[in-house]
Amino acid sequence: MPDPALALTDVSFGWPGRGGFRLSCPAFSLAPRESVLLLGASGSGKSTLLSLVCGIVTADSGVVSVGGTDLKSLSAGRRDRFRAEQIGVIFQQFNLLPYARVSDNIMLPLRFAPNRRRRAGGVAEAERLCAALGLPDGAAHLPAGRLSVGQQQRVAVARALIGAPPLIVADEPTSALDAATQDTFLRLLFDRTAEAGSSLLMVSHDERLGDRFDRVIRLEDIVTTQRAAA
Amino acid sequence: MILRLAIGSLLARALTVGMTVLAIALSVALFLGVEKVRTGARASFADTISGTDLIVGARSGSVQLLLYSVFRIGNATNNVTWQSYQDIAARPEVDWIVPISLGDSHRQFRVMGTTDEFFTRYRFRGGRSLEFSDGQGLGDLYDAVIGADVAATLGYSVGDPIVVAHGLASFTEHDDQPFRVAGIIGKTGTPVDRTVIVSMEAIEAIHVDWQSGAQIPGQTTPVEVIRQMNLTPTAITAALVGVESRLQIFGLQRWINEYPEEPLLAILPGVALQELWQIVGIAETALIGVSGMVVVTALLGMMAMIFSSLNERRREMAIWRAMGARPATILGLLVLEAVLMALVGAVLGIVLLYGGLVLLRPWVDAAFGLWLPIETPSLREAVVLACVVAAAGLASLLPALRAYRLSLADGMMVRT
Repeated sequence: MPDPALALTDVSFGWPGRGGFRLSCPAFSLAPRESVLLLGASGSGKSTLLSLVCGIVTADSGVVSVGGTDLKSLSAGRRDRFRAEQIGVIFQQFNLLPYARVSDNIMLPLRFAPNRRRRAGGVAEAERLCAALGLPDGAAHLPAGRLSVGQQQRVAVARALIGAPPLIVADEPTSALDAATQDTFLRLLFDRTAEAGSSLLMVSHDERLGDRFDRVIRLEDIVTTQRAAA
Repeated sequence: MILRLAIGSLLARALTVGMTVLAIALSVALFLGVEKVRTGARASFADTISGTDLIVGARSGSVQLLLYSVFRIGNATNNVTWQSYQDIAARPEVDWIVPISLGDSHRQFRVMGTTDEFFTRYRFRGGRSLEFSDGQGLGDLYDAVIGADVAATLGYSVGDPIVVAHGLASFTEHDDQPFRVAGIIGKTGTPVDRTVIVSMEAIEAIHVDWQSGAQIPGQTTPVEVIRQMNLTPTAITAALVGVESRLQIFGLQRWINEYPEEPLLAILPGVALQELWQIVGIAETALIGVSGMVVVTALLGMMAMIFSSLNERRREMAIWRAMGARPATILGLLVLEAVLMALVGAVLGIVLLYGGLVLLRPWVDAAFGLWLPIETPSLREAVVLACVVAAAGLASLLPALRAYRLSLADGMMVRT
């Protein structure tokens, strides 16, 4: 049996200071190529969970492993590089560096991930992804700030998928889009993720998105949080 | 790619970045400009007199002798007798000797008696000789040659009459013996510009009826009679000396300083100029200090600009972090941006400086007699520029470190 794309075991974490927000997650895992929607309102620990998954912070106890690698076994610098190699990240909005060209935005993670860069090749791959995501011709060479919000989110997908990282993490990627655009966006996201063979972990508060996913999990079912007085 | 992104980020904030770069450019231009003026002033100063090996006068201090004989500031404590002058002139080491007689004035300008040889022997700015912009040298007994400033200030042209006053700032005038402007010397940037030059004989002539600094009452010798008199001076104020061989300068200097008949002083103009510059030069240090502070201020402005941009750029930092950039990369990015700004500022400053020099040089030369050399930037200037860029990098470390800490704390999520 291959390593799960993501596995959390007995994880406990508390932010230093900050009102002592604590999160614990006894068990959660994501199989390769699996897509999971985590449903949770804001303040339910989504951001903290994503920070743990991406290795921005490390668990106080327990194990967070991505593709079989325990994040805590890596130094901070190695963790940053590991993130660049293994994880494609899509934010809610303002995903891109507005002053940089679309192609530079897409290729930014490759700058920190030599292996992923080798897999991806050059600008041609960025252009191919742009076309596959339905962006207009020549969009790759425009400054990212010139695109509409919907187009920018698609560029963010291209950036997450370039070089086919094993895990895609998306934090409410559709919340800034209207209903019609949302649907197209999700379809494109799923097609490309399947093509790249990546697992998809999406966090959202919107239950209506659930149809396309292999599993839909409520955040409160897998994590407990407490906001102790500092 | 990082460099391209840094440039893109700067261009995206063109207004604030532009103002910062402009501030750095102006401060760099000011600093190097002051440096140029300083070296130009020093060179002009040192070039006030050249080609003269020794200046001889009555015994006093070397700076004082230099001041009154060359800069026409202050007065001689004593005169040199004509006998001493001739003894020096007779020395085998002496190639040429030009006497100078001071003491009278015309308006605010000093009158200097000398010989025709002054016009060929006096050199300035690395060996340039005096040139007449109008008219010619001293021909008649009552001919006067005036410097460019005298002509410009008083509006004189060739042929105009001049009445010389006795002493300085005096109301007693030698109005019985008016002079005529025979020539005007082109601008030199030296005290010659502010001098009225007449012959030694003319100085004698206007003092025929004078004794101990006062006119002998009721006595006026007609000009015709004066022209027939023997007008050999009895004393001079100072003399410029050129030697046959530079090796003999010190020998002759010692001989003059030990001259038994009269206490005399011979100085090397270059050495005395150096001494004088050390006194004047304190101002230049202050000037350098002030313009240095302007550069520091510009860099502080840049630092404040980076600090204030940090908050609005937290989102951007989070994107970098999510893409796998280490906090150190973000620190490096901010320092890189600062260095780029300083680099552009420094280059722009150089362009401003040389553009300004090309435009203003003729005017500065005409107005102040200050010749600013336009040369390819010296190693010293390159070092200054490198220091500015390095200082910018250092100054940006503070906000960059803050960004480092922010990006560590924020991670990919901006909590505000």
